[in-house]
Amino acid sequence: MSKISRRAFIRGIGGGALTLIAYASSSRVLVLNALGRPRPSVNGPFLWLQVGKDGCVTVLIPHSEMGQGISTGLALLVAEELDVPWENVRFAHAEAAEHFVEPTSGLQFTGGSQSMRHRFNQLRTLGAAARVMLLRAAAKTWRVPISECSTREGRVVHEPSGRSLGYGVLAAKAALERVPLRVPLKPLEEARLLGRSLPRLDALEKVMGRARYGMDVALEGMCVACVARPPMPGARPNAWASQVPGEIKVVPFDFGVAVCAESFERAQAGVKALDAKWSAGQRVFISDSQIESALKDALTRKGASEREEGRVVEALARAQKVVDSKYFVPFLAHASMEPMACVASVTEAKCEIFTPTQAQTAVKRMAAKITGLPEEKVRVHTTFMAGAFGRYNDFDFVREAVLISKAVGRPVKLIWTREEDLAFDFFRPASASWVRAGLDSNGKLLAWWQRIAAPSIAERIVPMWKEAGIRPEAIANMERRLAKRIDDFGVEGFEPFQYEVPHLYYEFVNCDLPVRVGLWRSPGHNINGFVIESFVDEVAHALGKDPLEFRLSLLSNERARRVLEIAAEKGGWGKKLAPGHGLGIARYSSCGSHAAHVAEVSVDLEREIVYVHRVVAALDCGFAVHPDAIAAQLEGCVVMGLSATFLEQVRFEEGRVASTNFDRYKILRFSHTPEIEVFVVPSKEPVGGAGEPGLPSVAPAVTNAIFAACGIRFRSLPVGFSLGNPGTLK
Amino acid sequence: MSRVVLRINNQNYTIEVDEHATLLWVLRERLGLLGVHYGCGIGECGHCTVLLDGEPAYSCQLKVGEVTGRSITTIEGIAPDHPVIRAWLEEQVVQCGYCQPAQVLRAIALIRKCPEPDLKTISEWMDPVLCRCGTYPRIRRAILRAASLARQDRNV
Repeated sequence: MSKISRRAFIRGIGGGALTLIAYASSSRVLVLNALGRPRPSVNGPFLWLQVGKDGCVTVLIPHSEMGQGISTGLALLVAEELDVPWENVRFAHAEAAEHFVEPTSGLQFTGGSQSMRHRFNQLRTLGAAARVMLLRAAAKTWRVPISECSTREGRVVHEPSGRSLGYGVLAAKAALERVPLRVPLKPLEEARLLGRSLPRLDALEKVMGRARYGMDVALEGMCVACVARPPMPGARPNAWASQVPGEIKVVPFDFGVAVCAESFERAQAGVKALDAKWSAGQRVFISDSQIESALKDALTRKGASEREEGRVVEALARAQKVVDSKYFVPFLAHASMEPMACVASVTEAKCEIFTPTQAQTAVKRMAAKITGLPEEKVRVHTTFMAGAFGRYNDFDFVREAVLISKAVGRPVKLIWTREEDLAFDFFRPASASWVRAGLDSNGKLLAWWQRIAAPSIAERIVPMWKEAGIRPEAIANMERRLAKRIDDFGVEGFEPFQYEVPHLYYEFVNCDLPVRVGLWRSPGHNINGFVIESFVDEVAHALGKDPLEFRLSLLSNERARRVLEIAAEKGGWGKKLAPGHGLGIARYSSCGSHAAHVAEVSVDLEREIVYVHRVVAALDCGFAVHPDAIAAQLEGCVVMGLSATFLEQVRFEEGRVASTNFDRYKILRFSHTPEIEVFVVPSKEPVGGAGEPGLPSVAPAVTNAIFAACGIRFRSLPVGFSLGNPGTLK
Repeated sequence: MSRVVLRINNQNYTIEVDEHATLLWVLRERLGLLGVHYGCGIGECGHCTVLLDGEPAYSCQLKVGEVTGRSITTIEGIAPDHPVIRAWLEEQVVQCGYCQPAQVLRAIALIRKCPEPDLKTISEWMDPVLCRCGTYPRIRRAILRAASLARQDRNV
């Protein structure tokens, strides 16, 4: 089996065996009837579930497997209801197709830690419906009442006689059954697979090097394309070398000059030999100091808000004590481990795309638009992706590949260099916050006033999503805020607010900067988490109160309280520490989940080094379908959070990104990773998000710990001290 | 262009290639060994790691002409029952997987030269391969487990 690609595997199964086909087109109920419809092509985009003659079940997953384990999670839901042994379950990425859209947005996409929430009931229903169809097929075969039949381990069993038939044998007959409209779902208490952290479906092929990412797909007749980029935005190529060695074709576009060749090295050599002459383009003299000034300046301007400021200002005026702080965070790169790459094949008749993506519907619509082909002629296949973190919500590189293929009349594999990847990212915005809190004479928090200044993500993303056909209801809030120039992402975490405050006011100052911004893991939350949790800590210390107790005094949500207490307990809050050590605590609720962190650090003041010894993370994300995958997300969030706290900053010089590769854009390495302990809180609550909620409280837990250890409060990231290797101590 | 013989995963591959071609791209594009990954091209991320006579090396920094006559191991040459692979699966190390072939090869080299590595050794040895998903804590556990599995295999 090892040499067969996933695609061929499904084709092979389809060709040899008749398949069970189930349709799902709403979030709750299967409504389309398999009977009487033309048998869809096995290779076509209509499949949700496939049962082969050998009893192997393949679940088509409409979401993007980026390492978070959603393919395993969703397949588990189906397998649980279907009563099939986990060893017999496989998954494949579903192609971009109308019936795979997520109902509230009307798009097939992955983001916002929403996949499990959106599909939890839908996929269980799918499995349950398929099971009923198999039961019916067996009952008809044996001519017995269906009530005498049950399922066990991939077989239908007739209890009175002990006869049984495997799903593989029944599949063909079951496919002819009417798809049931209403099916009972197994109570979660009876689950055999859910909650057990079974082996992940993608692990073996990834560890054996067989997983195929964006630059691994090969099509016959394909050439490799690399792009010579303009030195300034908007610069056009005026001239270039008429012949470059090894090139097949050289084509200018709005994004640069594409060189197509037989191999990556030849295409790269072609790019270097191009010697292109460019028009002036926009004179953009962005630099690190200009970004800092722009944000500082923006904080002095009035922002826009949907809240009333009056009462809050009054409360601040009569407060006994006011705490006042400003915070700054830089632009961050996604730095997915595979630089942007994909394959596009455009002919007059059709367009086929193989790409890492989080935006399947959007990619399909974009490709249809620029090729002029009808959408039915555009096929978008999702490959594995090297950690997305929101980067693949954008598909600029896919557009490039489609345009190049259309121009050269051949399938094209476009590969960006790492330098291009770190320069032409859609960065996590740089952001500044000014926070003021008013306290009364009893140390009670009366008012919270916050001004947030940043470039707007929504200004670009909302039109992009509208172009993709997002349902208006899904972006109603965003559009309402946009009309006032409030970035929905920029003000995440305020509605509802993280704490109970009698008078809350926050406003957004749109700080226009000539830098592309986009969605980065936990987009607004990762910034506001740092600000809010640092500031709450400052207020606690200003009052001489314990940071844990102070937070609990402002928190009534039971689940948020509990997760905070668990982190505190496991983190050893209140224990006696070695001299020079400090503990920091932070919490944050987002995406229907609640997280908390405790970090233990020590600080070498003389050499300005921070050692992070231990980070404890706790997450309540409701019912945990695969607790270990969630634990892995928590660990990953700690690593990413530490990386942002100490190392990461996109640097700009004279209009260009200066942090061009990993020698200058540093991300956290093995040797500097502390001991990490994670706790996924067992819960029966509705599923919440798991990929992002574990990130916002990491940075503040660490900066709060630094303050506890040495009294220095870092309000800018990355912090001014360097991160030490804890292994070098003692 | 010249005729070059490369010994990869205990097999000889004879190809016509420019001696100055980068090994990474020859492995990927000429020989279809797609488990070797491009991450940065400057020897900073480690994803292009192969074992050269058993030692980790960055294939993005090597020319084909430099490695003729040497023994190259890629992830494709590792059997699924290797203790490191088994440990990686048991510890559920993998998230996106892009860095994992390189991590696995480095771990294999480590266990060969140091069958009972301590945490400090593991940390220093594995440092060159970046992981954006943050699987470092699991890699740590998996290497300790692999060492234990390898010990059991030897005792059998």
